[in-house]
Amino acid sequence: MKITKDQVEYVAHLARLEFSEQEQEKFTTQLNNILLYMEKLNEVDTTGVEPETHAIAIQNAFREDVVRESLPHELSLANAPAESGNSYRVPKVIE
Amino acid sequence: MSLNELTIHELQDKIRKKEVTSTEIVTDVFNRIDAVEDRVRSFTTMMKEYAFEEAKKADGEIGKGNIKPLTGIPIALKDIQCTKGVRTTCGSRILHNFVPPYDGTVVKKLRDEGAVFVGKTNMDEFAMGSSTETSYFGVTRNPWDLERIPGGSSGGSAAALAADECIAATGSDTGGSIRQPAALCGVVGLKPTYGRVSRYGLVAFASSLDQIGPFTKDVEDSAIMMNAIAGYDPMESTSVPTEVPDYRSFIGKDIKGFTVGIPKEYFIEGIDAEVDAAVKKTIQVIEGLGATCVPISLPHTEYCLAVYYIIAPAEASSNLARYDGVKYGYRSADGRDLMEMYKKTRSQGFGAEVKRRIMIGTYALSSGYYDAYYKKASQVRTLIKRDFQEAFKTCDVILTPTTPTPAFRIGEKMDDPLQMYLSDIFTISTNLAGIPGISVPCGYTQAGLPIGVQFQAGHFQEGKLLQVAHAYERHSGIERRRPKL
Repeated sequence: MKITKDQVEYVAHLARLEFSEQEQEKFTTQLNNILLYMEKLNEVDTTGVEPETHAIAIQNAFREDVVRESLPHELSLANAPAESGNSYRVPKVIE
Repeated sequence: MSLNELTIHELQDKIRKKEVTSTEIVTDVFNRIDAVEDRVRSFTTMMKEYAFEEAKKADGEIGKGNIKPLTGIPIALKDIQCTKGVRTTCGSRILHNFVPPYDGTVVKKLRDEGAVFVGKTNMDEFAMGSSTETSYFGVTRNPWDLERIPGGSSGGSAAALAADECIAATGSDTGGSIRQPAALCGVVGLKPTYGRVSRYGLVAFASSLDQIGPFTKDVEDSAIMMNAIAGYDPMESTSVPTEVPDYRSFIGKDIKGFTVGIPKEYFIEGIDAEVDAAVKKTIQVIEGLGATCVPISLPHTEYCLAVYYIIAPAEASSNLARYDGVKYGYRSADGRDLMEMYKKTRSQGFGAEVKRRIMIGTYALSSGYYDAYYKKASQVRTLIKRDFQEAFKTCDVILTPTTPTPAFRIGEKMDDPLQMYLSDIFTISTNLAGIPGISVPCGYTQAGLPIGVQFQAGHFQEGKLLQVAHAYERHSGIERRRPKL
C-alpha cells in the first residue's frame, strides 16, 4: 500500500475536497495503482541530474513598471457568485 | 461539393476570385452542423448569430479588397480559450457559467486575421483525458464510428473538423491532446514548441507543458494557421521572442537528403497490428522521397508516462486551486462557513478525473513526498529532454505512430485510469521535451478507422515538420475519405 484511506482523507483536506465513504475507497485503490506505477522511476539513476522545470531556457521576463489599464470593477465582479457593493461576498469566516 | 468540405487554402482561392462569399461558407457550415451535430456533439456553445454577423463584415472587407489569410473562414475554438463575452467552460461544471471579460491572445490573433468563429468545442474536463468522455457537457462521438471516442482532450475540435462542421479548429496539447484526437479522427494536428504560441487566455492545466495549436484538414492549412497564431506575447512570460518564419514557405519543398529517425522504443509489443503496418508503410514512402530513415534510440521513453503523471497533476493541483467559488464560476449553496463552501464547491464542481489528478498532484507535492515524486520526475524529465537533444544531432525529424491503437469504444477505459493514460504513450515525450510534433493521417484500418503518423522535430523547427508532413501527405497515395454520417 502506497497510500491509506486516512492519507486520502488528509490529502483531500489539503486540496479542499471531500468524498463519500464509497468514493474514498475507490480513490484509495485507484491512487495506489497509479502510485505503484510511478515506482518505475526508481529504476533511473538521477544522481547529479538537475531537475527540469521548463523545457525552454528562459530568463525572468521583466517589464517597465508602468501603470496600464486594468479590468474595471464591474467587469471584475460580473462573474461573481455573490457580491456586495464593490466586493465579493462569501460565507462567514469566523464565529 | 459543399463549401464546408473545403480547406482554408481552397476557400481562400475562391474568395480571392470572388467565387464565394463568407456568408455562403458559413451557411454551408451551419447547414452541416444542423444535420449532424445531434449525433456527433462536438460543441459546448454555438455562435451562430455572431458567425453570420462576422461573415457579413468579412464580405464587406472582401468587397473592398481587404483580404487577410483567414478572412471569412469559419473556425471552431476549443472551449479552453477565453472568448470575450462568450461562455468558456473548459468542459467543467465549475466554469459552466463563466463569461470571460477578455479574449485570449490566440483568439485575438485569429480575429485580427479575419477568422469567423462558429462555436466552442467540447473537451475532457480541464483537458484531463484522452477521450472527451469526462466533459460535464456529455460525450463527443467519433464521426467515423459514433460508438467510438474521438480522442481527447480536444476531441470536440477533432470531431467537428472531421465531420466538416468547421474549416479549421484550435486545440491545446499538454500530453497529446491535439495529436491524439487528430490521429483518431483522421485530420492534421500540430503541437508547437513550448513558448512558440502564447498561452495568455488559455485556461491553465499544466503550465510547463500546455501549448495551443491548430487542427486542419491538410498540412498546408496547418502552416496557414501557424502563421496566424505563432509569436511572442508580452502578456505571456514564457512565450519566446524567437523570429517566426513564414511557415507556408516550407510547403511544397522536397525532403531529399533529410534524415528521419525511427526510435525503436516506439515500435513495441502491444501496438495495434494495423497501426504498426500503416506507420511502417509511411517509412517506405518517406524513403521513396529521397530521405534516409535511420534507427535511433530514445532510451528513457518507458519513463515518460510516469514522469508526466506526476508533473502534470502536480501543476494542475496548484493551477486549479483558484476554483474556490469566490470570484467566478460555480458556488455550492450548501456551505455554512467559508471552508465548507470551498470543499462543497470544489467537490460538486469538479468531475472524478479532475479530482483524481488534483489528489495525485497534491499528494506528490505534500510535505515529505516532494523529493520522491516531483523532484525525481523533474530529474527524469531532464534525461528525456537529453535523449531528444542527442537524437537531433543525427536526424532532422523523428517518425513514430501517434497512438498505439485506433479509436476505442465509448466507456471502454473509463473505469481504468491507467489504461486511459496509456493511450497517450507516444505523444507525452514531445511535451516533456518542449519540442513540436504533428500528426498526419497515414491510412485506415479494415473497419475504416483513421490512423495517424507523428513527426517530431527540435525546438522551433515547426517549418521542418510541416515540410516533411506535407511531402508525405502529397505522396502518401492515401485517398481522402470522409466519414459517412
